[in-house]
Amino acid sequence: MTTARRSALPGFGPAMAITLCWVSLIVLVPLASLALRPWELGLAGVLHSVTEPRVLAALKLSFGAAALAASVNVPFGLLVAWVMVRYRFPGRRLADSLIDMPLALPTAVAGIALTALFSPKGWIGAWLTPFGIKVAYTPLGIMVALVFVGLPFVVRTLEPVLMDLPQDAEEAAATLGATRAQTLRRVVLPALAPALLAGFAAALARGVGEYGSVIFIAGNMPMISEIAPLLIVIRLEQLDYAGAAALGLIMLLVSFAILLLLNLLQKRMGVRVR
Amino acid sequence: MSQSQAVPSVFPTATRERPATRVVLTGVTIVLLVILLLLPLTVIFTEALSRGLGAVGVALTDPDSLASIKLTLLVAAVSVPLNTVCGLAAAWCIGRFQFRGRSLLLTLIELPLSVSPVISGLVWVLLFGANGWFGPMLDRAGVRIIFAVPGLILATLLVTFPFVARTLIPLMQQQGAAEEEAAITLGAGFWQMFWRVTLPNMRWGLLYGVLLGNARAMGEFGAVAVVSGHVRGQTMTMPLQVEALFNDYDWIGAFTIAGLLSLLALVTLAVKAALEWRIGERSGALL
Amino acid sequence: MQSTYMTRRTVLGVSLGPLAGGRAAIAADVTLLNVSYDPTRELYRDINRAFSTAWQAKTGQRVTINQSHGGSGAQARAVLDGLQADVVTLALAADIDALAKRGLLAADWQGRLPANSSPCTSTIVFLVRQSNPKGIHDWPDLLKPGVTVITPNPKTSGGARWNFLAALAWAQRQPGATDASAEAFMRALFHQVPVLDTGARGATNTFVQRDLGDVLIAWESEAWLARKEFGADTYATVYPSLSILAEPTVAVVDSVVDRKGTRALAQAYLEFLYTPPAQDIAARNYYRPGDPAVARQYAERNPALNLVTIKDFGGWDTAQARYFADGGLFDRIYTAGK
Repeated sequence: MTTARRSALPGFGPAMAITLCWVSLIVLVPLASLALRPWELGLAGVLHSVTEPRVLAALKLSFGAAALAASVNVPFGLLVAWVMVRYRFPGRRLADSLIDMPLALPTAVAGIALTALFSPKGWIGAWLTPFGIKVAYTPLGIMVALVFVGLPFVVRTLEPVLMDLPQDAEEAAATLGATRAQTLRRVVLPALAPALLAGFAAALARGVGEYGSVIFIAGNMPMISEIAPLLIVIRLEQLDYAGAAALGLIMLLVSFAILLLLNLLQKRMGVRVR
Repeated sequence: MSQSQAVPSVFPTATRERPATRVVLTGVTIVLLVILLLLPLTVIFTEALSRGLGAVGVALTDPDSLASIKLTLLVAAVSVPLNTVCGLAAAWCIGRFQFRGRSLLLTLIELPLSVSPVISGLVWVLLFGANGWFGPMLDRAGVRIIFAVPGLILATLLVTFPFVARTLIPLMQQQGAAEEEAAITLGAGFWQMFWRVTLPNMRWGLLYGVLLGNARAMGEFGAVAVVSGHVRGQTMTMPLQVEALFNDYDWIGAFTIAGLLSLLALVTLAVKAALEWRIGERSGALL
Repeated sequence: MQSTYMTRRTVLGVSLGPLAGGRAAIAADVTLLNVSYDPTRELYRDINRAFSTAWQAKTGQRVTINQSHGGSGAQARAVLDGLQADVVTLALAADIDALAKRGLLAADWQGRLPANSSPCTSTIVFLVRQSNPKGIHDWPDLLKPGVTVITPNPKTSGGARWNFLAALAWAQRQPGATDASAEAFMRALFHQVPVLDTGARGATNTFVQRDLGDVLIAWESEAWLARKEFGADTYATVYPSLSILAEPTVAVVDSVVDRKGTRALAQAYLEFLYTPPAQDIAARNYYRPGDPAVARQYAERNPALNLVTIKDFGGWDTAQARYFADGGLFDRIYTAGK
């Protein structure tokens, strides 16, 4: 669909100039500052800054909670996507539009809403308190918030794949005597695996950096419920620019590494990430 | 036949679950969706209205809250058009031409999406804060970027940058260049071709991307929190105002502003649904 | 319209200082930025309203005062970072001294206003849950096993530093106390602290909203405010046997007001804080007014206490260096993976 450069279509030069200018100003130069700033501490200083126990705990929490939440979202998202695509029921269109809500809703709004819901006196929190389950201000609350923001990623990645899934394989399995459950397990799920992985990756990427939805419901207790982006903000407030940049750089690099890994995994499965 | 569902199988009884299973699964899904999606929305409006419309009115006429609404509108009004123009330019290069570094450019354009919003604000402080690369220079010139509106705009530009491009690039690739090439061979200049062929074909996708970019621009929290300085009445956008009111024990105020933002989200969703129906299929560009 | 003017000005980001200098008196509308510490939101809401009314009545000029709140240390650093404060009203003199050291205001700033630039004072108390199940009555009770203490981060919060010094003062005055025993006490105290918020209001929220902790070490004014907000029966204020006279200080930021031409207005604003109406507002917001006449009216609510002052620590320069600077006492004792 794309034509070679110097094709009949004009406008490449100016468009490219605008794009390059914009990308440089808005993305590249800021990124360069992030990459270069930590090193004023020296290599030893940077290593020291990112291996402090508090930093390691925050990174573990951010990546761990995001991974857990994305894992919860995979079956949850699969269920939702399946029901949306394969079934008909009244209100399906409405439900389908609502799924994008976590994406359209500002993160701070989601944050205070979830906190209000799950705090010990909230609508859901009050139900859970008798069982001794505390959601708000604990790592569990962080997970709830991340499940909330990550769900659309899994669902929206799965839906196009489900829609295009040819059903002849399922029909063949049925004619060969497989039960529906067997067909689902052995024919459909493997076919969906790359898309599930892509959805997981997308939800994970979003969850790791999430700030607004999480800081209201998290306890923000160092070593326990303090997410990495919050630690960046705290370091900035203490005018530790280099330390904040070091932590930001580490987060960026680890996120990239994970996404690259998942991308490679997907390529082996034969489907590219988005 | 619904456009967001699969083609029905020719052998339906073999490729569908038992009716009982279907009902249960549907029921479970609806319950889960209600809990996860509808309840937060409901609690916002319930809390805001918990002391009646009068309290909401008072909250809305608070000068700091009004200032935050105006500031949010200003920031969106500046950043969305800028990003739209540059997004169009980027979509044009990437969607219509092949060149070395195309993948790299695409990655750079999508970069802000995979980065924590806090980092998107941090980088501007690293550049323009008093200890930043350009900080001392700006200070001598008396130019204020961080802790002032320009900083908010820059932070918002970074986080909303990919939205238009990411919607338009796949759309451009899908629609192909045939019509535009035809226009060129018929003697049209670039702008004629652009206004009369390209844009009309893109219009729903463009609107879609602008819509999402706008929702994100108005709702951004992490990036602007870092560059804002939290000066009430001057550098607080609506999401920041929500946080400030929440921490001030002013829950009515916080949930009122949150309610306004939620209404914006609902409108965005509604228009998005309508546009998707127009475009004919789902474009995954929100992600 | 006024705010549109200011918004365009800040969008352009270029200060028109030289042009505006000297014309502030006849400008129709003007804005001041008051950079304050964390718990003073309600106080300055009331004060600003009173001041703008009084100022408009006196000069016909409409003044808007914008507020920024945060931990006192963090706010000072923000001002150093370029936040354009016309006046700073911070929790303690050391934070304003930090600005003076960088040349943002004159080194003798503290003598320019009465009472060492401290229009009102407060002290440090404990806020506990109403029934006080853990039986917290004085400093040693904070160390009891299973007691969780909430206090903000001395690195960013002014209130937290007053808290720290109050505790240290008590430890130092125990019979047979040595430097080592005082340090051990502080170490044990911070061992009971699960989270350090950046500001006093943040700590109050942690205690009150998030329901974390058995006792909050707080400004006396914050304790009263929390009880007013959440019901006088939900929490109780406990006065320790020894506390510290907390003196928040105010100052005009010379470099900013000279550039913006707002010196006269900023000075008038700070002087307003000493007038009886403002003192009354401060008292009603649970601060201890400096004005003796106003203080007498509220004497019942503000019990006399056994107080040390910052002078007992050798002044803020010494205290800051010894306890809160990098490598100081706080760094040595707080080891939760800083």
